[in-house]
Amino acid sequence: MGMTMTQKILAAAAGLPEVKAGQLIEAELDLVLGNDITAPVAIHEMDKFAVDGVFHKDKIALVMDHFVPNKDIKSAQHCKCVREFACKHEISNYFDVGEMGIEHALLPEKGLTVAGDVIIGADSHTCTYGALGAFSTGVGSTDMAAGMATGKAWFKVPSAIKFNLIGKLPKWVSGKDIILHIIGMIGVDGALYKSMEFTGEGISSLSMDDRFTIANMAIEAGGKNGIFPVDEKAINYMKEHSSREFKVYEADEDAQYDAEYTIDLSTLKPTIAFPHLPENTKTIDQVEEIFIDQVVIGSCTNGRLDDLRTAAEVLKGKKIAKGIRCIVIPATQKIYLEAMEEGLLKIFIQAGAIVSTPTCGPCLGGYMGILAEGERCVSTTNRNFVGRMGHVESEIYLASPAVAAASAVTGKISAPEQEENRS
Amino acid sequence: MKANGTVFKYGDNVDTDVIIPARYLNSSDPKELASHCMEDIDKDFVNRVKTGDLIVADKNFGCGSSREHAPIAIKAAGVSCVIAETFARIFYRNAINIGLPIIECPEAAEGIEDGDEVEVDFDSGIITNKTKGTTFQGQAFPEFMQKIIKAEGLINYINQKDSADN
Repeated sequence: MGMTMTQKILAAAAGLPEVKAGQLIEAELDLVLGNDITAPVAIHEMDKFAVDGVFHKDKIALVMDHFVPNKDIKSAQHCKCVREFACKHEISNYFDVGEMGIEHALLPEKGLTVAGDVIIGADSHTCTYGALGAFSTGVGSTDMAAGMATGKAWFKVPSAIKFNLIGKLPKWVSGKDIILHIIGMIGVDGALYKSMEFTGEGISSLSMDDRFTIANMAIEAGGKNGIFPVDEKAINYMKEHSSREFKVYEADEDAQYDAEYTIDLSTLKPTIAFPHLPENTKTIDQVEEIFIDQVVIGSCTNGRLDDLRTAAEVLKGKKIAKGIRCIVIPATQKIYLEAMEEGLLKIFIQAGAIVSTPTCGPCLGGYMGILAEGERCVSTTNRNFVGRMGHVESEIYLASPAVAAASAVTGKISAPEQEENRS
Repeated sequence: MKANGTVFKYGDNVDTDVIIPARYLNSSDPKELASHCMEDIDKDFVNRVKTGDLIVADKNFGCGSSREHAPIAIKAAGVSCVIAETFARIFYRNAINIGLPIIECPEAAEGIEDGDEVEVDFDSGIITNKTKGTTFQGQAFPEFMQKIIKAEGLINYINQKDSADN
């Protein structure tokens, strides 16, 4: 029986000729990731471990991105703990303030994730690197500790759902709308324990940034990973960013899938996930007048250069509506610099938005944009759970950068065309 | 091994943000995390929960973030077992790794209500609703999993195993 793309990568990493869904395997890891929230717990576990040192100082990435620059004393203590650990074990890929970015935007940019890799990260959005044809999945701190010590992890081989993308996206519709559409269709546990394998001719027109956004939110459908075929665009991206060798795997033609869906990209519309689950989606034409208080454009889902370009295209020459706070967060220092050189930051500031240093901050209700009781936020982030961005009585509407920017101008949930018609 | 206590019952998609909100993740101290456990979904939980009590929920319990702080908070609050129709995969792994017993059992999730007295036998996987006089067959815990739970986590278990092997 044929294997899926994910199964082929896992078989190779386990040193097996073939694997089947449900099989338990032990795989060699190419990278183990942690951040300033999850790594301290892992380091504490490592201390208990009767093992001296880490398996490979170049195959561990520690990114201080959630609560930095530190928001309070406790988070400063956490970062200090990770900093000391990184120093002690000479971890080469330790990224602190000045070098850091939001981890899932940073690692591909630094060339640390390539096709064929097996990656675990103590952050649920580790599935992002599937955009490059890697197997990557989120784990907890104990698995991270065991991974750092041994360079191995056990997995149950997942079955897969296939998403066949055809056609081309209309203007103002993006990767975010594709993944919200899919989550709306299959639900927040629609891909529980499974791979989400994306395929089809429609992929060639999607930018790498769109693919990162889609793979990033596989976890929001319960998926173990999301993965894309490695085409010319992906190869060019890896050649540009990495000196590492990559390995291209393809699903067998007779691979088995639990379900298959075909999505015609040309039929998609700007899509918004209503409180309090990413599956509560509506297309923009189904949205009634919903007034908002805040807009966040950023995160590991939508803080990349393409996202900022789209937001700037909408905001150019416009003003953020009176009373709306619009927070723009470039995901890495490099993206920040490129956005500055392209003049995007000027557009944001002139429109009345603020531009922050890279941080996960508001996405998880950490800092840099916490919501008060009854407030509503349109956000390009990935979760709209109860209390996620602040008060339990606040509301999050997940959307694309285009919708977020247009909504900041009108003060209510809007798509760019609606905003243009009004002005 | 057995768990025995009063049930706190919740619905579908209980996410890790409500189990332990990120505003408390600047701490990794289990006691401090436990003091905010379930705060955004059930303010009274920490005041009412007693050592040995159980959480029972419907589908996709623990969805969202990979924060191990979520099962740590539940365990440190005194909860002896979580039963759900299904669990999100990262939560499932994390719970086992830190030694929090969890069981997937759709029938039990449906047949147990808030406040019921429930007993779980980890050896046989039998879940008994003592209030209603009903039983459900969950999956038994294999021996190694019971050892992880007794050792209070995977790392301790590995250490104990290593020293026994030597």
